[in-house]
Amino acid sequence: MNKPLSDKSWQYRQLNAVTPGLDALSDALIELVAAGEPIVAGTADLQYSNGLAKFHALHPDRFVQFGISEQNMVSAAAGMAAVGMKPYVATFASFLALLCCEQIRMDVAYSKLPVRLIGHHAGISLGFYGTSHHATEDLAIMRSIANLTVIAPADGNQLKEVIKAANDYPHPIYIRIQRGRDPEVYAQRQPFTIGKAISHYSGTDLMIIATGSTVHPALEATRALRAAGASVGFLDMATVKPIDRDAILDAAGQSPRILTVEEHNVLGGLGGAVAEVLASEGLPVKLTRHGIYDEYSLIAPPTHLYAHYELDAKGIEARATRLLEGRA
Amino acid sequence: MAFLKDRAKFCRLETIRLIEIAKVGHYTSVFSAAELFSALYYDAMDLRRGEPKWEDRDRFMMGKGHAAVGLFPLLADLDFIDRDVLDGYTRLGNPLGDHPDMTKVPGIDFSSGSIGHALSAGCGMALAGRMLGKDFYTYVMIGDGELQEGQVWEAALFGAHNGLGKLIGIIDRNGYQLDGSVDDIIGVEPIVEKWQAFGWETHVVDGHDVAAVATLLRTLKADRERTRPVMIIAETVKGKGVSYMETEPGWHLGYLDPSDAARAIAEIEAMEI
Repeated sequence: MNKPLSDKSWQYRQLNAVTPGLDALSDALIELVAAGEPIVAGTADLQYSNGLAKFHALHPDRFVQFGISEQNMVSAAAGMAAVGMKPYVATFASFLALLCCEQIRMDVAYSKLPVRLIGHHAGISLGFYGTSHHATEDLAIMRSIANLTVIAPADGNQLKEVIKAANDYPHPIYIRIQRGRDPEVYAQRQPFTIGKAISHYSGTDLMIIATGSTVHPALEATRALRAAGASVGFLDMATVKPIDRDAILDAAGQSPRILTVEEHNVLGGLGGAVAEVLASEGLPVKLTRHGIYDEYSLIAPPTHLYAHYELDAKGIEARATRLLEGRA
Repeated sequence: MAFLKDRAKFCRLETIRLIEIAKVGHYTSVFSAAELFSALYYDAMDLRRGEPKWEDRDRFMMGKGHAAVGLFPLLADLDFIDRDVLDGYTRLGNPLGDHPDMTKVPGIDFSSGSIGHALSAGCGMALAGRMLGKDFYTYVMIGDGELQEGQVWEAALFGAHNGLGKLIGIIDRNGYQLDGSVDDIIGVEPIVEKWQAFGWETHVVDGHDVAAVATLLRTLKADRERTRPVMIIAETVKGKGVSYMETEPGWHLGYLDPSDAARAIAEIEAMEI
């Protein structure tokens, strides 16, 4: 039996009273349990990192602690789903996507079992923890697995709606989130439709398409550019797969330039998905994919990394300006 | 027990017949497990003939998925799959291949092929069964070579920690894997002590003594209050029933030409019932 947490402990500081934003995942699952859904949540020694501790405390009979055994967690979740439960399992995105790739492919996706895989601390949000903890390949891996839907919510409110939308969705889903205390994009919850992009602005000079954690800074950049007189549109492409082709075609029809922004390798992620749509339609649009340029990211606090890689609002604005001026 | 022996013989003969269609297959992996299959499917497991999706059925999955060719005839025999589907084994578009596929084959409770996942999935099934208030048992057969996969030991920790008393593992300890003997490749002994150390109840049984296997499975099932998962270590012979396969470990994957097949069939027919 674990001792009660000291209020000096890191775990205590992660809990509701101190870091309320971290509870979005738990809150969404608690709603589903209240609705009578056969939900079970699991994690691999990370309940304080992903905020499942709140769910655990409220529903200990619906929580499974797997310890540091991610592959076992994914296969066991598939087994649970095969006999009628709806498992949500969460661990660092890097370990989930890379270590458990085969378990996800064979045990979950191939068999279309309703397992919800939550990869948290995605991208470079674990900053100085280093390369092992940076997930800059997960979208590419997950996107290439058939039957698997890939969603990257921008904030806690959207995450809650994604989980609500996921409840009766007939495919397995990879849900890519950040640290659970990201800046708010959506002040209120609004219904989420899997596979539909959310249009914030139209634009005839440039369309910015972002996903997940980059939605907030990219929106800020969009607003700054618009305030400066450029006609810049913005799409939140929360569902990376299946990608919203219509929204991309519409964006390409509006503007001769598209900038994709993601906290991921530019190869194989959102930018790759958009490129595939544009190429297959033969559209004459200048596409610039912005993200991590096929390298292992540096060690630093996340805010420093975002500035370094031009993934903060200022950096995205600079990137977009270069594109508008024909310098990129 | 004559019936169980007969069904093990049927499993072996059908395996030879089906592999003739595919021209290559895992005879010996089936032959080591034939009595285990028979005891499970015709005695131990709660199943309903013709109702592969019956919700309260016991579940079975094979980590050693390459022995599926021996399982399919039993599923046809239990009216889970059609006879003509069985006879089309591996033909273009047929659901039956070298590994069991839950999305295509009624009666397959979990797909396998990637070695080392099944015990984890079995842990999930057993735990979910408990959470859902169900009374079914989950049986997972794994190979002794499969014990080389690290994930098996993650599941070993998990099953014991969570007291999964309705999870029954069976190790088909036939001593061989594709590249040679398990002892030579990467030894996994002492198997019994390892599982005991991980907190599992262990039983060692002669895997070809179908009466002993069936009796053990019945005894285990009778204790519905058990709080530890069980691992049965079934001592088996790779290729059991065909003399030249038993003495030649290179048969993990193979094809019998017509004269060898005739010899094999004759030897299996002559097995004591």
